[in-house]
Formats: sequence, structure tokens, C-alpha cells
Amino acid sequence: MSTSLLKDGDPAPYRAGSAAQSFLDVRDLRIHFKTDDGIVKAVDGLTFQLERGETLGIVGESGSGKSVTSLGILGLHRRGSAKISGEVWLDGEELIGASPERVRTLRGAKMSMIFQDPLTAMHPYYTVGKQIIEAYRVHHKVSKADARRRAIEMLDRVGIPQPQKRVDDYPHQFSGGMRQRAMIAMSLVNNPQLLIADEPTTALDVTVQAQILDLIRDLQAEFNSAVIIITHDLGVVAEVADDILVMYGGKCVEHATAQDIFRRPEHPYAWGLLSSMPRVDREVRERLVPIKGNPPSLINLPNGCSFHPRCPYVERNGIPCKTVEPTLAEGTQDHSVACHIPPAERQAIFKSDIAPSL
Amino acid sequence: MINYILRRLVTAVALLVAVSAVTFLIFFAIPKAAGADPAQMYVGKSATPRDVEATRVKLGLDQPIYIQYGRFLKGIVAGRDYNNGPSVTHCSAPCFGYSFRTDREVWPLLIDRLPVTVSLALGAAVIWLLFGVAGGVISALRRGSIADRTAMIIALAGVSLPIYFTGLVAQQLFVHTWNIFEGGEYVNFKDDPAGWANKLFLAWVTLALLFAAQYTRLTRAQMLETMSEDYVRTARAKGLKERVVVGKHAMRSVLTPIVTIFGLDLGGLLGGAILTESVFSLPGIGRLSIDAVNVKDLPIILGVTLFGAFFIVIANLLVDLLYAVIDPRVRLS
Repeated sequence: MSTSLLKDGDPAPYRAGSAAQSFLDVRDLRIHFKTDDGIVKAVDGLTFQLERGETLGIVGESGSGKSVTSLGILGLHRRGSAKISGEVWLDGEELIGASPERVRTLRGAKMSMIFQDPLTAMHPYYTVGKQIIEAYRVHHKVSKADARRRAIEMLDRVGIPQPQKRVDDYPHQFSGGMRQRAMIAMSLVNNPQLLIADEPTTALDVTVQAQILDLIRDLQAEFNSAVIIITHDLGVVAEVADDILVMYGGKCVEHATAQDIFRRPEHPYAWGLLSSMPRVDREVRERLVPIKGNPPSLINLPNGCSFHPRCPYVERNGIPCKTVEPTLAEGTQDHSVACHIPPAERQAIFKSDIAPSL
Repeated sequence: MINYILRRLVTAVALLVAVSAVTFLIFFAIPKAAGADPAQMYVGKSATPRDVEATRVKLGLDQPIYIQYGRFLKGIVAGRDYNNGPSVTHCSAPCFGYSFRTDREVWPLLIDRLPVTVSLALGAAVIWLLFGVAGGVISALRRGSIADRTAMIIALAGVSLPIYFTGLVAQQLFVHTWNIFEGGEYVNFKDDPAGWANKLFLAWVTLALLFAAQYTRLTRAQMLETMSEDYVRTARAKGLKERVVVGKHAMRSVLTPIVTIFGLDLGGLLGGAILTESVFSLPGIGRLSIDAVNVKDLPIILGVTLFGAFFIVIANLLVDLLYAVIDPRVRLS
């Protein structure tokens, strides 16, 4: 086992050496929901940092805690039902302990979010323009006419043709891709420094997906924002992310640069994600290899490593995968992995077993 | 949009004609087939066969049923003449005929009674909308709290208790025991507004309790559903105050089904609130209809039924049009 093991709950295993706070600094974030069946540990001890101008991809299956994390950063969980602990520092300001009113003034202005399905995420009874104008006027004391000009400008910026006319359309009059653009225009209307995109392209077809990702990348360069892209689709983050954080069962299992995740992934779950992903830049293989089994219940996570029931390398050489929980340990060069298999051995497994079949 | 309105209008008129045909059949053709003679009902048991025959001719009851119906329809649209032998009585449009019992025209009777029913319905509607919707919203936002549970228990009681129970208890307590409100005859709003409100207040509350209960439950369910919609989350993500999120974004969606139900309920009530009017001795359309049923006064029964149907169809039409105003997806499809 690695020597640099950190105890569960220790702050910032990733880039632990950096004393200065990052623009976004999430430390040991835990979001638990009380339900009748037990406590759902949707996010359990998540730590990561992000600088302005950088993009972090958070990848995982449904129910791995990706979206819960983003809603937690924005303070969108109901305080009554969700128990949130840990720290979220945004530009030197702690948000978890801050008053809800303070977080509200930041929400939509300094930090904003693009939601997954723009048809349900936009109000069906208000025009697209009205919804953007409203988003602008919450945080800016300007006249309706000025806000309307701003809304048209934003629609134009995200590539909506004839924005002066389309501003008065309702969401259902837009196509899926246009709705997502309008959603992006709404999220960016206040020049947010932190932008969280939750599955921004899932509801779109592939050509539109590429356009939307390009758009997000352009706008990020323009406004120098920090961007978090949440997705289950490795193809999406491959295009835009600098760093990738792989989540499983509410925890981070691997965190590294995007290059490392694609070229030198070390966690068996990340191997599974890569093997089950279709690639257009490789020869067509016979079939994709799915990860066996189902995502775990967040109420009753498996003992030990929560991935062990699905892991092909479980209990390898007598490692106690089923009883001892692995902690996120930093390997070489900002590459942290939560796996009991020794780093040298898992790198060897990847080279010999996984890489050739990708 | 114009197309939509025209389509709805045509449907509404067709519906009214259909209702009138069915009601006419029920009240004039079926009794005849069962051996009851409308002419005999008109003149009473003591009349001679000659009188019965003369009445039959005068009312046109000797004609085939479709001619009778045709004349009835024409009477409503253009008025009609009754041939009394030597003299002719003209009944101007809209003519629903004459009461079998009092020989008065039916239409003026309906119009006379309408203000009472409208007063009752509108007053109750204001109360139930206010309390029902407010109660439902508070219940939904404080789900599981004591306020929520209390509101739901009151709502359950409200739906379960019949008007002839709550109405009588309320009268006994507030009028007879505590003398808070006056009993007695209904007075017109024009003559004595304070007295009008005083006489109607208990009836409003009793009727409103029944409806408020349904509206509370409907609003609560609708609000709970809407609060979990994605667009409500988006509204929060914009940084809107919770007041705006609930009051504007969520309420807009909650109101849609409430407007629908409200239109239909109000339309139904304008056709007469039989129980409430009877319990509180209000001389409205509901009372008129129950009195007419008791003495088998066919023209009045027919008139009241059509009158009620008219309000329901109109309410439906208005609701459809309002829907287009509220929901842009209806407007454009």
C-alpha cells in the first residue's frame, strides 16, 4: 500500500502542499439526506480545488453524487432535509457556513449553473427573454429596457439567430440546441466567475453537443471563469476538461489531469468507464465492455472499497478490499487514486490488460 | 388564436343545443310515453276533458315531438305565440313558456331569482379562493408542520360535512344562540348592503367551507408538485428571493388547474346552489328549481336546467380562453 495514505476526512489530499487557497476550494464536503430508509450519503468527503480559467470534469454514473455536489456548492439544497458539512471556499469566502441570504446574492451572479434539460429547466409560461431579463435584474439595478438589450446581446453571443425576434419566444418554440444556448445565455448574463454545467449536452444530439461544448469553452476563455462540467460521458470531458475527478458512491476515487485519466488511469472503475466508452479515434472493436453490476445504494454502501462488488481485481493477492476502505492517496504528479492495489502494480495491470483493448 | 376561439364558440353553441334537446326529451317525451300527460299536469286533476284538450292544443302538445321542440327552440331565440282560441298571447324572446302552476312566464322568474344566486356564489367564491389557495400554499411550504396538519384536518372535515349539517349548526349557533347574525328574509344589495351581507354571510361561509376544503387540497398537491419542478430550481439558481420563487414562478403553474376548477365550480353554482339556498331560505335559482320539482312544474324545471347548463357551458368556454392566456403552449398550438 502507498505510504502517503491520508485518513478519511483529512483536508485536501489533492495538491495538499499548496497553502494558498484556490479560487474554488472544496474541503471534505459531505451532503447527507435523511430518508425513511436511512441516511443517504450522496456526497461523502469530497475535496477538490479549481482556479479561474480552468475546467474540472466530474465524471461518474447516475447516483454517484455529481449533481448533488454542484447543487451543494450553489446552496440549493433544502437546509431541513440535507445535512451538509465541510467547507466550500469561493474566492476566499466560505459558503457552507454563510447565511442563506448571502449565498443567494452570489448565486446566479458570481457562481451560476447550466442545467441538464433546458426544456424542463426553463419556465414554460415565460418568454426566454423575460427569464434572462429577470436573471440580470436580480443582481443589477437597471431598467427593463437595458436588461432587455443585455438579454438580446447574450442571445446573440451564444449564437441564436435573429435575437431581437427570438427574445420574445417561449422555450417550447426553440429547438433543443437553441434552448440549451438560451440556458447558457441566462447562466452567463451576470458574467459568473464560477460556472457549473450539469450534463450540459446530455439531451442534445452529437453535432449540437460539439457546438455547445465549443461555446462553453469560448465563453470561458472570454470571461476567464472557472468551469465545472458534470457528466457521465467521458467523451465530453475529454474535449474540454483540464482535470478530471471520477466519483463513485459519493466519493472521489481518482483525480488527475485529463491526460492522465485517459492515458494512465489507475482505478479499476476508471478502467471500466474507459472500456465502456465508444471511441471514434480507434478502430472499431467487436463490442464495448460494460462494467458489471449496478451502482451501489447510497444508503448501504458496500463495506471496504465501495467498488469491490464490481471490481474484477477484488482481493487480488489477499488485499482486504471487502473490509478496509481505501483512502484517496496521491501518487505521482497530482494523480490521486483510492485503491488498495499498489501503484506500480495497477500501472502494470493497465498497461498489460486494459490499454491494448481500448 | 382566432381559430381557437371560433372553434370553442361553435362547440359551446352545439353543446347548448344538444343539452336543450336532451332535456326537452326527458321532460316532454318520456312522461308522455310513461302515461303522464303534460296537458293534464297543466290544468290539474279537476279539469274537464274538454279543458285538457284545449290546453293541449294551446300549448302545441298535440303536435309531434320534433315540432314541439322546434317551437320551443324558436321561442328561446325569437319568441312565440300561444293561441288561446279567441286571443293570442305573445311570449317574447327568450321564451321558456309559462309556469304550469302560476301561469307566469318562466324567463322573468329566472331573472328575478338570479341576483340572489349570484350574490351567494360570488361571495362564497371570494372566501373559498382566499382561504383555499392561501391554506394550500402554506400547507405545501410547511409540509408536515402543525399548520399543514391542521389545514388538512379542516379540509377533510370541510369535504366530508354536508351543507345541511354545517348550515343548520351554523344557523343554530350564530343566529339563534349567540344572535351574531340576523335571520329572516333575504334583502337586496341595492336596498340595504349591510343587511344583504349580514343575511348572506353564514351561507357564504358554509358554502365556502365545502369548496375551500377542495381548493386547499388541490393547491397543496399542485404546489408540492411544482416546487420539485426543474424550473423552480432554476429560479432559485438565478438568485431570486424565495418569495419571488414561490409567489411568481411556482404560483403561475399552480394557478392553472385552479382557474379551471374555479370556472367550472362557479358556473355550476350560478345554475343554483340547491342545498345552501334551501337551508338558508334564499330565494335563488336553486330554490326555484326544487320548488318546481315538488309541484311538477315542467316549464320551470326545463328553464332552470337549461339556465344552469348555459352557465356551465359559458364557464367552460371562458376557462378554455383563459387557458390560452395563461399557457402560451395552448395559444400557439
